[in-house]
Amino acid sequence: MTAAVAQKSAAPRAMVEVRHISKTYAGGVEALNDLSIDFAEGQLTSLLGPSGCGKTTLLKIIAGLIPATGGEVKVDGRVVTGPGPERAFVFQDFALMPWASVMRNVAFGLELKGMARSEREAVAEKYIASVGLKGFEKAYPHELSGGMRQRAGLARALAVNAKVLLMDEPFSAVDEQTRRKFQEDLLELIAREQKTFLFVTHSIEEAVYVSDRIIILSHRPSQVSSIVEPAIVRGGGPDQIRRDPAYLDTVESIWQSLKRYLD
Amino acid sequence: MYIGKFRLPIMSSLLIWAALWEIAGRTGASFIIPPLSRIFARIIEIVPTPAFGDALWITGKAFILGNIIAICIGVPLGVLMGRSVIADRIFLPWVNMFLSSPLSALVPVIMVIFGAGQTTIVLTVVLFAIWIVVLDARAGVRNITPSLVEMARSFGANRFQAFSKIFVWAALPEILAGVRLGMIRAVKGVVIGQLLVSIVGFGRLFEIYSSRFLMEHFWALLFVLFAFAFAINEALAWLERRFEYFAASRN
Ligand SMILES: Nc1ncnc2c1ncn2[C@@H]1O[C@H](COP(=O)(O)OP(=O)(O)OP(=O)(O)O)[C@@H](O)[C@H]1O
Ligand SMILES: [Mg+2]
Repeated sequence: MTAAVAQKSAAPRAMVEVRHISKTYAGGVEALNDLSIDFAEGQLTSLLGPSGCGKTTLLKIIAGLIPATGGEVKVDGRVVTGPGPERAFVFQDFALMPWASVMRNVAFGLELKGMARSEREAVAEKYIASVGLKGFEKAYPHELSGGMRQRAGLARALAVNAKVLLMDEPFSAVDEQTRRKFQEDLLELIAREQKTFLFVTHSIEEAVYVSDRIIILSHRPSQVSSIVEPAIVRGGGPDQIRRDPAYLDTVESIWQSLKRYLD
Repeated sequence: MYIGKFRLPIMSSLLIWAALWEIAGRTGASFIIPPLSRIFARIIEIVPTPAFGDALWITGKAFILGNIIAICIGVPLGVLMGRSVIADRIFLPWVNMFLSSPLSALVPVIMVIFGAGQTTIVLTVVLFAIWIVVLDARAGVRNITPSLVEMARSFGANRFQAFSKIFVWAALPEILAGVRLGMIRAVKGVVIGQLLVSIVGFGRLFEIYSSRFLMEHFWALLFVLFAFAFAINEALAWLERRFEYFAASRN
């Protein structure tokens, strides 16, 4: 028992295992070719890469939303054949139901599972508060700002208590200031919730700021180009992190390695 | 409309036509055109009679029942067609054909199969209303943001849940537009059905009036029906406007 715990803290086990995944779209576009990656339990791993390299495709395959043309994905040891309750998706465009209140949107995953109304609303209320939307339970999505909408999207994903959160550019439709606040809140959230986060982003700074591990992908069909583990001390608060030389160096070195994929 | 500086109310052209009608009626030029004032007197006379009440009740029942059937079949069919390419290929040619064909010609066929009664009239209403409901539901579903569908799937929605919790709501503005247009067609359907069957409801009254050359009664009934059709249309348009904010805030 003690040995197992010690081992776990030394090398966290892979929560999501991507094995030899290939994906060729109907039109003949080869988005992924024989890609293998492990995503460690309890960590936030970012996927960074040139536009169109297949990040969204990979995330959707892991989510079970689209089938791979080859290879397999295991989540928590089980092979993925479709969407499942151990995974929750956070959408780039929020994907909130405009006809439903924040409360109903956040509770939607639980509603689909058939949980009783009072029960699911109690859970939703808790997560609405934890993403900082307390007081907006009765509001409708069109009454919220972009940042608040994504908070609702995040609360919805948290409410189903999945082990793995799949986030596809969750902050890209949000303005810069809101985004920074969001990143800080995300760090707190990661510390609080024992979950595995898969995070796709276009922003190097964002990736370095929030990630335990960054996987840099090459052009389509993507391969793992390199893996970076930012050696940043996160204890000191957001401003300290953003001025940390390790943070700045990591951003710079990732930029250097990504630059060659431009043009 | 202005005459000199004097602003005429919007409906004033109607008054001119009404005056012309009254004059034409009083000259006694044709028995088909009785004076308008007497037609209105007849309306007041006819409307409270039990015969009219019965006819209205029967017509209303056929109209409502026909619309309910058209919506209950039309919306799921439209959603299915919007989601499934195969279903679309199978049904779309038929829907388009029925949408533009002269449906009145089919009423005698229905009558042969189901007899000259209420069933035939209800089916006529369905036949008139359903196609536009199908087509609009289909259009609405095809406009749904793809991520909303993915969201439902990723949180484990089954087909029925996706239909009842996502598709119908996301396509609601289009579905309502289809229902409104369907109801306008259904008014035609119920009247044409009754005229052709002519032994129930208003069809029977029209039959009695015209066969006895009761032109005042005939016109009075026609006016009442026009007024009903107009009122239904306006009520639905009002309802649709109330949902517009929703359509605008959808994406
Ligand atoms: N449904 C589809 N049908 C055909 N090709 C597709 C489809 N979806 C994506 N592709 C193609 O697959 C490739 C990878 O797309 P994907 O969306 O996964 O890239 P991405 O890394 O998420 O890009 P971005 O950073 O711009 O979001 C692209 O070339 C894209 O054009
Ligand atoms: Mg993408």
